[in-house]
Amino acid sequence: MQTHQYDVVIVGAGGAGMRAALESSKEARTAVISKLYPTRSHTGAAQGGMCAALANVEEDNWEWHTFDTIKGGDYLVDQDAAEVMAKEAIEAVFDLERMGLPFNRTPEGRIDQRRFGGHTRNHGEAAVRRACYAADRTGHMILQTLYQNCVKQDVEFFNEFYVLDLIVDHDLTTEEIEDGAEVNATGVVAYDLATGEIHVFQAKSIVFATGGAGKIFKTTSNAHTLTGDGMALAYRRGLPLEDMEFFQFHPTGLAGLGILLSEAARGEGGILRNAEGERFMERYAPTIKDLAPRDIVARSMANEVREGRGAGPNKDYVLLDLTHLEPAHIDAKLPDITEFARTYLGVEPYTEPVPVYPTAHYAMGGVPTNIEGEVLRDGRNVVKGLYAAGEVACVSVHGSNRLGTNSLLDINVFGKRAGRSAAAYAKTATFKDLPETPAAAVVAQLDEMRNRPDGERVADIRKALQETMDANAQVFRTGESLNEALADIRELRKRYSNASVQDKGRLFNTDLLEAIELGFLLDIAEVTVVAAINRKESRGGHYREDFPDRDDKHYMLHTMAYRRPTVASDQAEGHVEGYFDHVEEFDGYKVVLGSKPVTMTRYEPMERKY
Amino acid sequence: MTATLENTATEAGAAVGVVPSFEVTLRVRRFNPESTHGEESYWDEYTITAHGTDRVLDALHKIKWEHDGSLTFRRSCAHGVCGSDAVRINGRNRLACKTLLKDVNPDKPIVVEPIKGLPVVKDLVVDMEPFFASYREIMPFLITTGNEPTKERIQSAEDRARFDDTTKCILCAACTSSCPVFWTDGQYFGPAAIVNAHRFIFDSRDEGAQQRLEILNDKEGVWRCRTTFNCTEACPRGIEVTKAIQEVKRAMITRAF
Repeated sequence: MQTHQYDVVIVGAGGAGMRAALESSKEARTAVISKLYPTRSHTGAAQGGMCAALANVEEDNWEWHTFDTIKGGDYLVDQDAAEVMAKEAIEAVFDLERMGLPFNRTPEGRIDQRRFGGHTRNHGEAAVRRACYAADRTGHMILQTLYQNCVKQDVEFFNEFYVLDLIVDHDLTTEEIEDGAEVNATGVVAYDLATGEIHVFQAKSIVFATGGAGKIFKTTSNAHTLTGDGMALAYRRGLPLEDMEFFQFHPTGLAGLGILLSEAARGEGGILRNAEGERFMERYAPTIKDLAPRDIVARSMANEVREGRGAGPNKDYVLLDLTHLEPAHIDAKLPDITEFARTYLGVEPYTEPVPVYPTAHYAMGGVPTNIEGEVLRDGRNVVKGLYAAGEVACVSVHGSNRLGTNSLLDINVFGKRAGRSAAAYAKTATFKDLPETPAAAVVAQLDEMRNRPDGERVADIRKALQETMDANAQVFRTGESLNEALADIRELRKRYSNASVQDKGRLFNTDLLEAIELGFLLDIAEVTVVAAINRKESRGGHYREDFPDRDDKHYMLHTMAYRRPTVASDQAEGHVEGYFDHVEEFDGYKVVLGSKPVTMTRYEPMERKY
Repeated sequence: MTATLENTATEAGAAVGVVPSFEVTLRVRRFNPESTHGEESYWDEYTITAHGTDRVLDALHKIKWEHDGSLTFRRSCAHGVCGSDAVRINGRNRLACKTLLKDVNPDKPIVVEPIKGLPVVKDLVVDMEPFFASYREIMPFLITTGNEPTKERIQSAEDRARFDDTTKCILCAACTSSCPVFWTDGQYFGPAAIVNAHRFIFDSRDEGAQQRLEILNDKEGVWRCRTTFNCTEACPRGIEVTKAIQEVKRAMITRAF
């Protein structure tokens, strides 16, 4: 076992992690721990753009962007956070340009901008050109640029290290902690994939930037490595997860594969059609049609298929039509995604419409933070020295549905803020003592998994989990379907306790790590489903067919889910009788739901029409 | 319009839905110092059932998840943008997630090996550190002098287009590890590092071209390139790698960039 000491430890080297590292490493001794080489992170798969009201091509201002973000999130957005994001978006884009990001340019040589779903002029009048982009590989360029600047700034990386535990100086799962009492995060335990060795990192500040958890679903745009590690680690340590029932299904995944085709395809003029060739979005969102927010488009597509207007031999997808666009325009603006269609489906987008269907894409929920990136342990109190940014976090700027491009924005704005906060705190703080055997739990977990006699295959359990989530907790949900998913998850947990790995070695044991990651996936699926069962309304990405309307009176609150021992109180903070009072017992623990108020500044909730 | 769409829809549908499954054999070069084979590499063959749209990565996953959990390889995004899974397939460097089985003659065993020229760690996993070290050496970041502008720097669309091709690089090492010079001389910077130098040398905003050209003028630098075009052929992003290297060579002579 090796021990390290850093002022700031950042977990994850995607956009949020590296943006945080660029801030904190200027001020404090910083290490970035990543389970992948930084340039492999899934930020690189983001395509379409990053919105900021630069007004380079038409009139725009950040207040409109704030409004769109709040309305897009179906009013479950914390409005102070959305304001921060929209306002700081402008500087965030300029930051990236000055770091070298090769944005596409206007004829005047300024950063070009294009349309994107849900981004409008003057509070919904018409689509606005707000997304700054680099062809359809904006995320790739952001990831490369941030990594390049980390190289320039000599940021220290621990690549292919898996963080498997978060060390906190109080046991939040069992202890009753008083309001205002100091709780500190003191370090993390990591596993070096190459050698199998355990590393303990003691730190004054820890930033979680571990990304999402799309692999709880079968059809997803997410990488194999997006297994919700950071969320699950926080949750296991007794920290709440916020708004986990809100998962975004991106409308245009390649049918059957889930590979993402950017919304930029529609921003550049692409049209969704059903088997009859009808531009069906005209019926669902008469004003902005194909550029309605993703939850609405995804539901409309699923509805077309459900009502028998799907295309293909099984009538199970719709068509993304680019055939009316000039091939030269497609090549200039959408080269990568049209190549995906060619490579993976053998479809030529110049002349043929592309089969598409919604794909699990983005977790709106996550580890709750305030606008400084500090992690909350309940509705009010922060954990000292613990920060989170990016998809792992819930600020909440996305509410119940994230607008396209706002994730690349989120990682830049809140990655920077988290890095800055982490460094500032580290400068004033001292190292806190670690427990005597900080890695004991991780070592025991790994040994048990490695030494378990022949049991069930991890892959079979994971597949069953992903299938039940796709079948029962996707675009359309009901109390019945969700309870079915929950029953399956309970059963899968039992099977997981007997799962075994075949590779018993120390070196580069990906078999073992996949087994550990499945544990994270089960945690995240479980909390997602429990929160979804409790929310008996439809809002943003969470659509309950048995409760099709938004219910502001009872549900205009963030869900906070806590894992607690069986003997603990059934009431969490924000307990609301009849609405946020759900308790779900599991084997040896329970999930207790509470709530947190939504921060409103100037926007009254209205009906959401496009 | 509608009629055309219906027709093409059916055709596209046929391509997606009706491709039959088939049996395919993968012959994989294994290496695991912890196994009974010790420091010797060896071959394993696996026969699996695949579908029309399956890629080599799907086949590797099928082997790992259903047959042999110890088979080790890197992967993440699974659609050709993260650069994790460059391997040698039937003697050519490719991304496993971007290579459809049906396109690499599945009638015969498909041979999968680690990329060449980098130390093998386990099975298809190689040590990428030397590769990234070369990348870091060419100063892969924008170098400027003077005050930062308050907004963005101005760059014409033409100037932006000048280096567009080399911004596509995902650092998968398919090019570098296909280069015969790199195989015989691990000190050579290799195509990927030069591609990334090109990305900055020809960026009108950058002022570090002289420094980078000095670095690449080294004996292990750009002059080692023998223009075999292996790199261009290997690039899964379609970057004209050899052309980029030629442009860097020319810039070194003419000092025009």
